[in-house]
Amino acid sequence: MARPFQLSDPKRARQLADAIAILAPPTPVKIVHVCGTHEMAITQHGLRRMLPEKVEVLEGPGCPVCVTPTADIDAAVQIAEQDAIVCTFGDMTRVPGTRLTLEQARSKGCDIRVVLSASEAEKLARETGKQVVFFAVGFETTTPMTAAVLLDDPSPNFSVLVSHKKIPEAMGVLLGLPGTNIGGYLAPGHVSTILGLTPYQQHLGRFNIPVVVGGFEPLDILYAIALILRQIRDGKGFAENGYPRAVSDTGNEAAQALIEMVFQSAEVGWRGIGNIPDSGMVLRPEYEQYDARRRFDVCGETGEEKIPGCRCADVLTARAVPADCPLFGTRCTPLTPIGPCMVGTEGACSIWFRYGGRELP
Amino acid sequence: MNIENDRITPLHGAGGEMMGKLLAEHVLPKLKHGTPGRIDLTAMDDGATINLPSSGELVMTTDSHVVKPIFFPGGNIGTLAAAGTLNDLAVMGATPLALSLAVVIEEDFPIADIDRIVASFAETLEGSDAAVVCGDTKVMGRGEVDGIVINTTGIGIADPAIGDAGAQPGDRVLVTGSVGDHGMALLAAREEFQLETELVSDVASIWPMILKVLPLGGIHAMKDPTRGGLAASLNEMARKSKHCLEIEDAAIPLRPEVQGLSDLLGISPLTVANEGKAVLVVSPEVADQVLKTLQAHPLGQDAAIIGTVTDAYPERVILCTEVGGRRFLDMPLGDPVPRIC
Repeated sequence: MARPFQLSDPKRARQLADAIAILAPPTPVKIVHVCGTHEMAITQHGLRRMLPEKVEVLEGPGCPVCVTPTADIDAAVQIAEQDAIVCTFGDMTRVPGTRLTLEQARSKGCDIRVVLSASEAEKLARETGKQVVFFAVGFETTTPMTAAVLLDDPSPNFSVLVSHKKIPEAMGVLLGLPGTNIGGYLAPGHVSTILGLTPYQQHLGRFNIPVVVGGFEPLDILYAIALILRQIRDGKGFAENGYPRAVSDTGNEAAQALIEMVFQSAEVGWRGIGNIPDSGMVLRPEYEQYDARRRFDVCGETGEEKIPGCRCADVLTARAVPADCPLFGTRCTPLTPIGPCMVGTEGACSIWFRYGGRELP
Repeated sequence: MNIENDRITPLHGAGGEMMGKLLAEHVLPKLKHGTPGRIDLTAMDDGATINLPSSGELVMTTDSHVVKPIFFPGGNIGTLAAAGTLNDLAVMGATPLALSLAVVIEEDFPIADIDRIVASFAETLEGSDAAVVCGDTKVMGRGEVDGIVINTTGIGIADPAIGDAGAQPGDRVLVTGSVGDHGMALLAAREEFQLETELVSDVASIWPMILKVLPLGGIHAMKDPTRGGLAASLNEMARKSKHCLEIEDAAIPLRPEVQGLSDLLGISPLTVANEGKAVLVVSPEVADQVLKTLQAHPLGQDAAIIGTVTDAYPERVILCTEVGGRRFLDMPLGDPVPRIC
């Protein structure tokens, strides 16, 4: 039966795999990507089996749901308990907070809604007399959509609990953490359509490490890995575009302007990593009236993130793969997730579980 | 008094005249079939009799059907109930003999819909000699059941029955056609997705096709990949046989619409239900002949050899991906699409 065209031609894939084998250094190299869609493609197509043994590819902090710190979940729960409708993306409702998940808050009578966009939440605000709060998570791909809603004269009963994050800053910090040993970055294609290459150069340039933007088809990913290994072989380390059919060097300047108009950078917490300067978004003073943290009484809970036995923090910092965790696939499954990496559908543990991602021995 | 006579009322399930009339006018005339025993459906006795054959094994299966929507592209709950039961018998290698038909209907259900459902049920039985020999009708109040629930039990004769545990190293794995059609068609048909596709369910009785391959022999294991899809069936076959099934991803027949929808929704077509397909594990000597025989039947045109049984990873299924990678294909946690069969 004819299949739709996919960038998964086995002959070309073999050629790329051969090139990768030739380019691979004699010593082990760890390549880290920061995108659930990359992990999905790598696992689903069994690409790790096509790489030389010494070339390892791991997902770092690539799942926005997973890196959202407990303190932010707690804030969302507290706001919901103050009789506001809290809207967020599906996976967020199951991430553990200090006391409750949003799903548990809902079963205690809070009004929690799953939406697909900030504009859907704002539309709900127009239809109801109640306060509606959009719990905004996501990287640079979703931030412009939140900004667009705030720029379009939103309903006065609408506000945003901002938890947007910036990926290049986190990629920089990860390099400085003990035990990460990252040899190169496979940069996310989606985020890069917005950002272009400049932010990578800006935040990672001084580390002299290859950063190659890659697409999401099997051939895209193999190609990007080949480019990373070529930089390593040549002793180079710069931001390179391996996905030119979608990403331009300067990115989407209109979307960047939207972000710039509404948000400014701030130090925020990342689950598994801790606080990173300038790695998150807060509203500019002109838009503070839509800040849910100001509109509601949000008192800081401790945000305890240690789940006994759970290695999410190591998975999020590319220091472990899901199968290294003793809970993976035993007590922790997508039906009974313990750590956030099993909750988020873009989390490495969830993907490995659903697509049989364990390395074939 | 205004009696609505085009809708189901509690009296239709109360065992009296109203029920008798419903059955006599809307159900029994449609179920015209031979009788496997001395006392059959028309006798309306407390039970039916079935004459025992002189050899072989009696195979019995049962299924409750709770599909949503009740009428879907390619069929309805009646098609599904008949095909589901016949197919369970077929993949046991059993000639279908007799079926029961028990329905639980929600009050106010349109009688015209009962007509369509029973007609589809009868039509689906046509390719076999199986007869409905007994049945039951119950009515529940509004909101107590969602529309209609059908339970069917089937009895067949196999000589001998084919289980799902008999895979042996060297055997070939076959699938009788494109996978994921039923689950994806139902998903697309649900209002919340607002999707327009040409996709129809594959729901059908596969007995006429299986009947053609049984005489070839060499069939070591057989399953119909319903809930949990192909992935669940392959894993069960690997676990029960204690061998490894190595599957070529690119060889699995897949409709472009199913592939597209699965990419869109992030649901693997290998984990959603089929209602007119079978997975066969056959000895290598007969594999090509089985394949040709399947392909010669209208329901098996897209049949394909998709893999081999090995000892590489006992009790596991390996997927060799199109691009040249390899990964485990695990047992899905459940079917990602609820209420499909």
